[in-house]
Amino acid sequence: MKLINKIFRYELSNVLRSKWIIFYTLFFLVVSYSLFAFTGNNSKAILSLMNIVIIIIPLVSIIFGTMYLYNSREFVEMMLCQPIDRKSLFFGIYSGTAVPLSLSFVSGVIIPFLLRGNVQNQFGLLMLLLITGVLLTFIFTSVSFLVSLKNNDKVKGLGFSILIWLLMSIIYDSIILLVIYIFQDYPVENSVIVLSLINPVDLGRIFFLLKFDISALMGYTGAVFQKFFGNTAGIIVSFISLILWIILPQFFAFRNFKRKDF
Amino acid sequence: MIRIENIEKKFGNVTALRKIDLEIRSGKVTAIVGPNGSGKTTLIKSILGLVKPDSGKIFVDGKFVNGDYSYKRHIGYMPQIARYPENLKVNEVISMIKDLRNSDSEINPELLEAFNLYKEMNKPFRTLSGGTRQKVSVLIAFMFDPQILIFDEPTSGLDPVSSSYFKDLVRKEKQKGKTIILTSHIMSEIQELSDSIVFLLDGKIHFHGSIDNLLAEQEEDKLERAIARMMTEVSNETYK
Repeated sequence: MKLINKIFRYELSNVLRSKWIIFYTLFFLVVSYSLFAFTGNNSKAILSLMNIVIIIIPLVSIIFGTMYLYNSREFVEMMLCQPIDRKSLFFGIYSGTAVPLSLSFVSGVIIPFLLRGNVQNQFGLLMLLLITGVLLTFIFTSVSFLVSLKNNDKVKGLGFSILIWLLMSIIYDSIILLVIYIFQDYPVENSVIVLSLINPVDLGRIFFLLKFDISALMGYTGAVFQKFFGNTAGIIVSFISLILWIILPQFFAFRNFKRKDF
Repeated sequence: MIRIENIEKKFGNVTALRKIDLEIRSGKVTAIVGPNGSGKTTLIKSILGLVKPDSGKIFVDGKFVNGDYSYKRHIGYMPQIARYPENLKVNEVISMIKDLRNSDSEINPELLEAFNLYKEMNKPFRTLSGGTRQKVSVLIAFMFDPQILIFDEPTSGLDPVSSSYFKDLVRKEKQKGKTIILTSHIMSEIQELSDSIVFLLDGKIHFHGSIDNLLAEQEEDKLERAIARMMTEVSNETYK
C-alpha cells in the first residue's frame, strides 16, 4: 500500500505537469462557465454539459491513457529494477493517470458552477454529472491500459483506442437502432437491455438521465431500461455495471502486466 | 550467490534461452559472453525479474525470484540501454529511487567528480547524451552498496577515462566480496576483470569455467581468439 502511494504521487506530479491536462481543465472551465452564465435555466446547462461529457471524457481518457502508458515504458523499466512488486506499480500508475484526469474534469465543472450556477437547487444534479464523468474517466483509462498493454506497437494501440471510442460513442447507437429495425416483429427489449449494458457510454447516459427523468432524451435503450427496471433499480443496475466496466478491463490489463517482459 | 535452474524463454517463435543451468558464485566477477542475440540480456533480465521465463527457477541468495521482490534491494543493475523518464531531472530520478528504497544513501561524491556529472544533475534526461546516461546508471547501480552488481555492456558508451575508472570500481567491489555479473564484447576488458566466463550461443551455455581453462582447452593465448574459435566450432557442429 505504501508503495502504491509513492508511485501514485510521482505519477500525479508528472501528469499534472503535462500540457494536455491543463488544456483539458481549461476546456471544461470555459465550456461550463459559458453554459452556466449564458443559459438562464440551470438544468438545461447541466444537460448540455452531460452531452459534452459523454463524448469528450471517453475520448480524452482513452487517448491520454494509451499514450501515457506507452510513454511510461522507461519509467516502468526503471521501476522494475527497484524493489517493487508489479501490483503496486500497476495500480500506482493507473490511479496516477485516472485521478488527475478526474480532478481536472471535476474542478473544470465545479468552479464555474459555484460561481454562476444555481447551487441551492441543482447541486444534487451536478453531483450526479460529476459522478458519471468520473466513472467514465476510470472506465476509459482502464480500457486504454488494456489496449496499450496488449499492443506493443504504439500506432496500432492508438488506432485501436480511437476505434473503441468511435464504436462506443457513435457507431453503437446505430447498431442498436439497426437491430431494433431488423427485428421489429420480435420482442427485442430484453436483448436491448443486454446491449446497453455492454456499452459504458450508453450506461453513463442512462445512469444520469434516469435520475433526470426526461425520457425523450434517453433514447431507445434508456426508455427500455426505465420500463424494465424502474428508476431506482435502473440506477443501481447501471451503476453496478459501470463499476464492473472499471474492474474488468483493469483486471485483464493487470494480468497482462504481470506476465509482460520488459 | 545466484542459482539458475532449467530456465527456458521463448519470444514468439524465437527461443532466447534453452534449458539453462548456471551457478554464479559470490566474490567473483562472472562474465557472460556470446554474439549478439545469444540471450545474454534475456538471462540478466530474468535474474532481475524484468523478463518472466517460461519455465525453470532462479534463486538469488537462496530466495526464489518469482515470488518475493525484496531481493532486488540487494541488486545494483546497469542496463545496456539506459532508459529513464525523459522529462525528469537526474536529481529527481535519484531521489525517487532513494525514496522507493527507503534509503538515505548518498551519491558517492568521488564518483560524481570522476564522471564529471556535477553540471548534469539538474538537467532533464532528454537533454543527456548516451554516455552521460550510462554514467548516471553507474551512479545508481553503486549507490545503495548492493551485494550483487549486474552490468550489461557497461563500457560500450563510456569514454576511456570513465571506462578505466569504472573498471577500477569493479575491482574494488570484487575485493569486498560482491557478486558481479558482466557482459561485454570487449574481450580485453573481460580478460582484465573477470574470474569466470560463461559462453552463451543461441540460448545455450557452451562453456562455463575460468578463463585459464578456456584458454587451455582451446589452445590459444588470447581470449578473443579462443572465443572466436569456440564460436566457429559450435556453428560448424550445428551445420553438420
